[in-house]
Amino acid sequence: MTGLSERLAQLGRFGLEHVQSIGRSGVFLFLAIFSRAGFSNRFSLLTHQLYSIGVLSLLIVIMSGLFIGMVLALQGYNILIRYGSEGAVGQMVALSLLREMGPVVTGLLFAGRAGSALTAEIGLMKTTEQLSSLEMIGVDPLKRIIAPRFWAGVIAMPLLAAIFSLVGILGAAMVGIDWLGIYEGSFWSSMQSSVRLVNDIGNGMIKSLVFGFVVTWISVYQGYDAVPTSEGVSRATTRTVVYSSMAILGLDFILTAVMFGDL
Amino acid sequence: MRMRTIEISVGGFMLAGVLALLVLALKVSGLSLDSSNKTYTVSAMFDNTGALKPRAKVVMAGVIIGRVTNIELDRHTYMAKVEMEINSKIDNLPLDSTASIVTAGLLGEKYVGVSIGGEVDYIKNGGRFEDTQSAVILEELIGKFLLGSVNKDDQ
Repeated sequence: MTGLSERLAQLGRFGLEHVQSIGRSGVFLFLAIFSRAGFSNRFSLLTHQLYSIGVLSLLIVIMSGLFIGMVLALQGYNILIRYGSEGAVGQMVALSLLREMGPVVTGLLFAGRAGSALTAEIGLMKTTEQLSSLEMIGVDPLKRIIAPRFWAGVIAMPLLAAIFSLVGILGAAMVGIDWLGIYEGSFWSSMQSSVRLVNDIGNGMIKSLVFGFVVTWISVYQGYDAVPTSEGVSRATTRTVVYSSMAILGLDFILTAVMFGDL
Repeated sequence: MRMRTIEISVGGFMLAGVLALLVLALKVSGLSLDSSNKTYTVSAMFDNTGALKPRAKVVMAGVIIGRVTNIELDRHTYMAKVEMEINSKIDNLPLDSTASIVTAGLLGEKYVGVSIGGEVDYIKNGGRFEDTQSAVILEELIGKFLLGSVNKDDQ
């Protein structure tokens, strides 16, 4: 009997902990977003974060975009050439990049490259008691540390996704037109006749905005909530990447179902 | 000095992202800046639309002149009512023009082909193609062909 009630208590504790953590992260997000930053240098803080989150992620995003576009073109060509419709490679690459691959792969790279760095940085700040020191001198770490990082992530992610898609399409054009000899006109015209500005590009951008929001949220919260030991920081970093990837893939399904499900 | 480099590179990054979006919008989606061209609506009744989908193109003489906006079943005649919007520059379709559902290639998409009639009066906004040709269903054709050849063997 005591064993059973102990089990039940364990389950309850588990549930409470998780609900509590979700609630804490919600309050945390709310405070980070809606607190008025009173710093005169808040734009330079944001610029710094945009640099380390956005600009430094450019290389990996561009390289991955290029290679993914090239691989998509190769694979699509191998299949479509059988039906003599290799011109549709342009359409296939553009749609799969803009609708799915662009936001999702950029989101995963973003979580691995920028999200983990954010968590580690904030977690280490907490471990070395920099956050508490900030509080001691009367500076709110939510405003000073978290908010600029959060906004930088939300701003950088759609831009990175757009760059990813564009570079991917250019890579596909390079492989398809220059290497495989697809007729240039049919490559671009099949793309232009099938891609819609709002339905494809717009929805892709909405997806990447949502992913940027979620990934950055998870990253800064995990860093802020990390157990202040070296092991705790390492755990938090791992959790950031795992949770972000799962959130991206799960949300992607939901968003796709909402956006393209009735087609 | 270091701050300045960071600012410049961030500016470049933001610009690159916005430019990428712009190129995607203009080059990839084929959005032309004067895409606000006007259209008028025409409908047509078909016995069978095959796999015609909304957004399919409406083509005359190989040139796209509009697209399908809506397909629904008419309760009374049990025919499919296809609504399409036609570029208002093409406002001189004769009343007896024929709308037919054709397939691009063997496996290609279905679209509406318009062939010209001889009437003096033109179809107006909200008008209708009186003369239509339904989609050719490949499976039915194959079925007829198979049946025909089987009968020949029996004789």
